[in-house]
Amino acid sequence: MEIIKIKKSDWAGGIDKSRKTYHLFGPVKHKNHHIFRQLENNIYPDMEYMSSVLSPKSVLFPQSQKILVTSADASGKACHIFTPPEQDHTPRAVIGIRPCDAKAVQLVKLNFDTKEYQDPYWCSAFEATTFVGLAVNTPSVLDFSTSAGSGPFAQEGLDVLLVDCKDHYLAKILSQKGKEFLNTAGFNEKEDPKAADQVIQQMKISAEKAICSVIQTQHLKKKTVLELYEAPFWEDIAFSCISCGTCAYVCPTCWCFDIQDETQGKTAVRFRNWDTCMPALFTRHSSGHNPRGEKIQRVRQRFMHKLKYFDDKYDQGIMCIGCGRCVEKCPVNIDIRDICNLMNAYKPEKESDAGEIKGEIK
Amino acid sequence: MNTITKNIQELAVSLLRDKTVDIVIGFKSGTVPMSSVPFVAKTTEQARTFIWDTHCRLNLANYLTGRKEKIGIIAKGCDSRNIANHIIENKISREQLHIIGVPCSGMVDKVKIASEFTEEIIEYTEQPDSFVVKTASQTKTLLKKDYLRANCSTCMHPNPVIYDQLAADRVTEPLIENQFADVNRIEALSRDEKWQHFDDLLQDCIRCYACRNACPLCYCPTCFVDESDPQWVGKGTDTTDIRTFHFLRAYHCAGRCTDCGACVEACPMDINVRDFTRKLNKDVFDMYGWEAGLDIKNRPPLDTFNPDDPDEFIK
Repeated sequence: MEIIKIKKSDWAGGIDKSRKTYHLFGPVKHKNHHIFRQLENNIYPDMEYMSSVLSPKSVLFPQSQKILVTSADASGKACHIFTPPEQDHTPRAVIGIRPCDAKAVQLVKLNFDTKEYQDPYWCSAFEATTFVGLAVNTPSVLDFSTSAGSGPFAQEGLDVLLVDCKDHYLAKILSQKGKEFLNTAGFNEKEDPKAADQVIQQMKISAEKAICSVIQTQHLKKKTVLELYEAPFWEDIAFSCISCGTCAYVCPTCWCFDIQDETQGKTAVRFRNWDTCMPALFTRHSSGHNPRGEKIQRVRQRFMHKLKYFDDKYDQGIMCIGCGRCVEKCPVNIDIRDICNLMNAYKPEKESDAGEIKGEIK
Repeated sequence: MNTITKNIQELAVSLLRDKTVDIVIGFKSGTVPMSSVPFVAKTTEQARTFIWDTHCRLNLANYLTGRKEKIGIIAKGCDSRNIANHIIENKISREQLHIIGVPCSGMVDKVKIASEFTEEIIEYTEQPDSFVVKTASQTKTLLKKDYLRANCSTCMHPNPVIYDQLAADRVTEPLIENQFADVNRIEALSRDEKWQHFDDLLQDCIRCYACRNACPLCYCPTCFVDESDPQWVGKGTDTTDIRTFHFLRAYHCAGRCTDCGACVEACPMDINVRDFTRKLNKDVFDMYGWEAGLDIKNRPPLDTFNPDDPDEFIK
């Protein structure tokens, strides 16, 4: 393990050096909040930020992405043949990503990079990306990452972990990609790894202690799908939901997308757009049938997917990393922490209610 | 507990106990500072969790569409005007409703409050005319009147226009000299400045449709942006498609919008969606002297035909 010391006075210079090799993405103050976006040459990541309104998932999975183009122009070679547009997969680095958001990328990877199928767009972008994380010294009151499989100093999914020590950063190298990034930036002042790691450990302990929000998940796995599915609390939870896409769009782990074709003149483009399971349109079949036509079915689906089906399928914990974005942004304050705790504590009134299909199958 | 909360709870409890209604729709406390949650009470026990404070910003008329039960509903001035709208537009019948009116002294703007602090707000407590905000390092007392939402500070109808019972005494209805000063400012811009203004306004839209879904007027079974045959508008992040959505939605609300501000409240990106609806409210007011939802007898001007209409084109 290597730990590098970066003086803050050297930070901007190193960032500039890295721009020659990497396209940089980072948090930038924009109107009332911070957003993650590509940084032009004179823009530096705002390392004082607390959270970004949208997660950095868009660096690999943009809200709207051209995936194929074709033309009806008979004189051209590509007439009527869909081909991927040219894509830039030169190295890119995400600077200042929070550890829980980096863990989220690993969860999204389970969907886009499977044994059977590798999504060419997401996977090439992932390969090209170096994740330079920033440990969270002062967690938000909405941060419940430690009980959601991550934490303010978690390393999973990161190539470098930066720890803000007032006048300098300690940069813990976590992969070859991370080492190359720091080299390119010219950050090479080695610290005694043992002593520096002790400093990081101390800061980690106090950051984790500062987290005041926790969820309980220990009983979720043991419960049967049907016992939770038929629990009586869904109706109350669903009442206030307005079926907008806010929770899914701000979520770093929501990966669903919609495919749309658009034509203009003789050109056709196939897009992939973020989608959300909250509106009824998400599951409406072309026949008109809708398996989740009712709001209660959709609200239940969101939380069952994140907190039950996901772990049952992948055995990787819940599909939530505790960033708190949906808690903050839901227009009607539907709080995943409360729902998780309800699900975790739920016991059906009668033993026989659990796990049995009641009545006839229609 | 403040007096209005206590009165709302008592009225709701007796409506449910006497079986005057099947459910009561109101607000309960949220889990984060400066929030509230629309909530339906079916039991007297649940009715005792209702609250009233200056964060009851959403419009509860939004939860009435298509319901079949006998409903009790808590309504501030703007909610009651949207209930009137719902009645006129046959989305609910007056007989189905028992309206607990709440004369309103305005809701506060949580974005404006948050912008006063560099740290995040960890606690918020309310007093009659002020509130106390706590962050990790400071505690500040601020006056409600300085932090009213923009729509509340130009509101001339804070008292419910229809109700069965009131949860508080009526408040004085302010007379605002120029209630469309914000629209006038935009109207006075040059063509290029206007373009810039609206470009900037919609720059962050993520098309989550929270504005539409929080709006009591937007009850179409299928919104035009969700149609696929024909598909009126693209679904990506193209600026033309985003503008088309906002412009058309605003026009659908002309003469019906009560300026309740639910759209702005719901927007996760803090877009002032009211910049569109306000202009149409002003036009409808200038042309027809009309304000939406003030009674349940008259239909909105763009929804009626008059044989002695002064315009020739319509005859």
